[in-house]
Amino acid sequence: MPKTHKPEDVEKLKEGTIIRKDDRHSKMEVEVPEVKSTGDYKKTPVYIYYDWCKKCGICVTFCPTGALGRRSDGSPYVPNPEKCIHCELCDRLCPDFAITGAKR
Amino acid sequence: MQKISQKSIHKYLRHDKKFPHVWCPGCSNGIVLGAVIRAIAELDLKKDNIAMVSGIGCSSRMPVYADFNTLHSLHGRAIAYATGVKMYKPEMDVVVITGDGDATAIGGNHFIHAARRNIDLTVILINNYIYGMTGGQYSPTTPHGDKATTTPYGNIDPTFDICKLAIGAGATFVARTSAYHAVETQSFIKQAFKHKGFSLVEIISACPVIYGRLNKKGDAPTMMKQMKDDVIPIKQYEKLSPEQRVNKQTRGIFINDTEKMEYTLAYQELIDSLKVPKGDSNE
Repeated sequence: MPKTHKPEDVEKLKEGTIIRKDDRHSKMEVEVPEVKSTGDYKKTPVYIYYDWCKKCGICVTFCPTGALGRRSDGSPYVPNPEKCIHCELCDRLCPDFAITGAKR
Repeated sequence: MQKISQKSIHKYLRHDKKFPHVWCPGCSNGIVLGAVIRAIAELDLKKDNIAMVSGIGCSSRMPVYADFNTLHSLHGRAIAYATGVKMYKPEMDVVVITGDGDATAIGGNHFIHAARRNIDLTVILINNYIYGMTGGQYSPTTPHGDKATTTPYGNIDPTFDICKLAIGAGATFVARTSAYHAVETQSFIKQAFKHKGFSLVEIISACPVIYGRLNKKGDAPTMMKQMKDDVIPIKQYEKLSPEQRVNKQTRGIFINDTEKMEYTLAYQELIDSLKVPKGDSNE
């Protein structure tokens, strides 16, 4: 979890009610705030660049295995990281270059 | 197929420009930009050897974000500018990004005559059925009965079939696909780049904010799902009865003719034939 968040905010982050805004200046590879996985940055199957995301919902709708989910504000997150098969369909269908499911 | 990662796409984007880009949430233009960049990365073309030309419109904002030689020109005149670039530098890969209104309404004349000449341009035509940037006026491809801000009771004009228009005008590579079929889009753009002659790739795209809202088509994912059902392969379309064909579009390669003479080659041949050989100049 990022240092800038207060402890009460971390609980909200887990519930999916707020989005992270602190990585505003990093253009690429913004960490996905994980909900269920262990939180190991390198093992995250899907990176989402929240700075560029416009919450259109295309990646969540067309994810073939259901690895992606949608928060109440419309932004995507990864509720089931173990389901990702690295098909990269979200890469291709994202209009904003804001997500990648490629293997690293 | 060689995999192009999202990371390598970022090498082709201009990060000093204002990102996230100007297009509305769910607009297919970003998907097409990704497909164009993937095709270029797969063909391993040099950035300096590509000229990306566009006119005015939503889709024509694309060269602003791509890191090639770019030219953002007048409304409808993208193909005219691109012809100039190609004539001066025939070794360059010139790609024209244009919209349905830009290419077939205001620039229709340039479009058919570039196709007639068979000049080696790659035209990527993004068809969203409406003029998006100027506020939602109806375009030559707005389907019969659909609403736009200038046709509030429904459009009565018949529509253009852009691919048939291009084939009739003499284009030698014509293909149609939709933004949902992103892998196919990438492969068609790749083939269009390889093709010597006028190549057109028409891409059916979703405009959820103006066209979708005026015609109650739902949000971006709903429009993309609809696109998946409505844009079908040519063989599948031929099996359908006339009643089932309503609102369906075909996708695939309609023509791929490598026999016809390319314009810049013909021009070079003419120049060579008129050159006076050495030694004959004093006669």
